[in-house]
Amino acid sequence: MNALDEKIVRATQAGLPLVAEPYAEIAKEVGVSQEELLSRLKAMLADGRIRRIGAVPNHYALGYTANAMSVWDVADAEVDRLGAAVGALPFVSHCYRRPRRLPDWPYNLFAMVHGRDRADTGRHIEAIRRVLGDAVKGSDALYSVRILKKTGLRL
Amino acid sequence: MDESERRVVNGLQGGFPLCRRPFAAAARTLGMQEKELMGRMGKLLSEGTLTRFGPMYDAERLGGAFTLCAMSVPPADFERVAQLVNAHPEVAHNYERAHRYNMWFVLAAAQRGRLAEVITAIEAETGYPVLDLPRQEEYFVELKLSA
Repeated sequence: MNALDEKIVRATQAGLPLVAEPYAEIAKEVGVSQEELLSRLKAMLADGRIRRIGAVPNHYALGYTANAMSVWDVADAEVDRLGAAVGALPFVSHCYRRPRRLPDWPYNLFAMVHGRDRADTGRHIEAIRRVLGDAVKGSDALYSVRILKKTGLRL
Repeated sequence: MDESERRVVNGLQGGFPLCRRPFAAAARTLGMQEKELMGRMGKLLSEGTLTRFGPMYDAERLGGAFTLCAMSVPPADFERVAQLVNAHPEVAHNYERAHRYNMWFVLAAAQRGRLAEVITAIEAETGYPVLDLPRQEEYFVELKLSA
C-alpha cells in the first residue's frame, strides 16, 4: 500500500466528520485535492480494501441481543459454494472458512448470526442447516456471554 | 427510534456516496434534507445506536495479519487467563462464549510471524493450549441488520 493510501486510512478509520463536505476536510488533513482523495477511496472500494462506506449499527441497541457464532463441519468440496449461499442470508453478518483442528475442532465454516432472542437466533440457525443440507456432518452454536476486550482494529 | 431514524439506520449501512456533498445526495435518497440527515446521524452516534460511520476497511487486505484464537479455560481460572490474554496489545477483541471453548479472541499484528510468537507466549503464560483458526476464505456478506 502506498504512503498516500496509508495516510487516508489513518485519517478515516475512526470515521468521517459530520459536515456537509466531509471529504474536503479529510483531503485537507491528508494534504491532497478532494478529487484525488475521492479517486483513492474509489480505488480502495473497488479492490476490496474498503468493504463499504456507511454506518455500523450497534447490534444491542437495535435489539439483537442473542448473537451466536454458528460453526459447521461442511464437506470440503462443497464449502465454498455453500459458504457463499450462507453469507447471502439476511441474518448472517460474517461468514468465513477456517481450518479444522482435529480431533479438537471439526468445524470449517463459521457464520455469525444475530437474533432478537435465542428462539429467533435458533430459527436462523435452522435456516442455515437447510441451506447446507446433506453436506453438513456436524454443527454447534456458541452464544456470546460478554465482551472481555474490544479495542477495534487500528492501523 | 422514530421512523426517520429507522430509515437512516436501514438505509445507510453501505453505499454512502463518494462526491462533494455526500450527505445531500444520501438525504435525497432517504427523503430528507442534508442538515436533517447530519443531525440525525450525530444523535444516533452519540446515543450509541450507531457505533461508527465512515469507510469500513478490510484490515487483512490493508496488509496486516490476523487470526481467530480459541481457548478452553476452566471457569475457576477464567478471570486470570482473561487478564493475561488481554494484556497483549495484539489482542484486538476477546469474547466469552457459552461453550467448552469459552474464550475467543482475535490477534492482529503487522506480520504473520508475530502471531505465532504471541500464541506461544499466551500458551506459556496461561498453561492452556490455543486453537489457531486463521480465515481461509471470506464469503461476501451484505450488512443488513434492520432497525
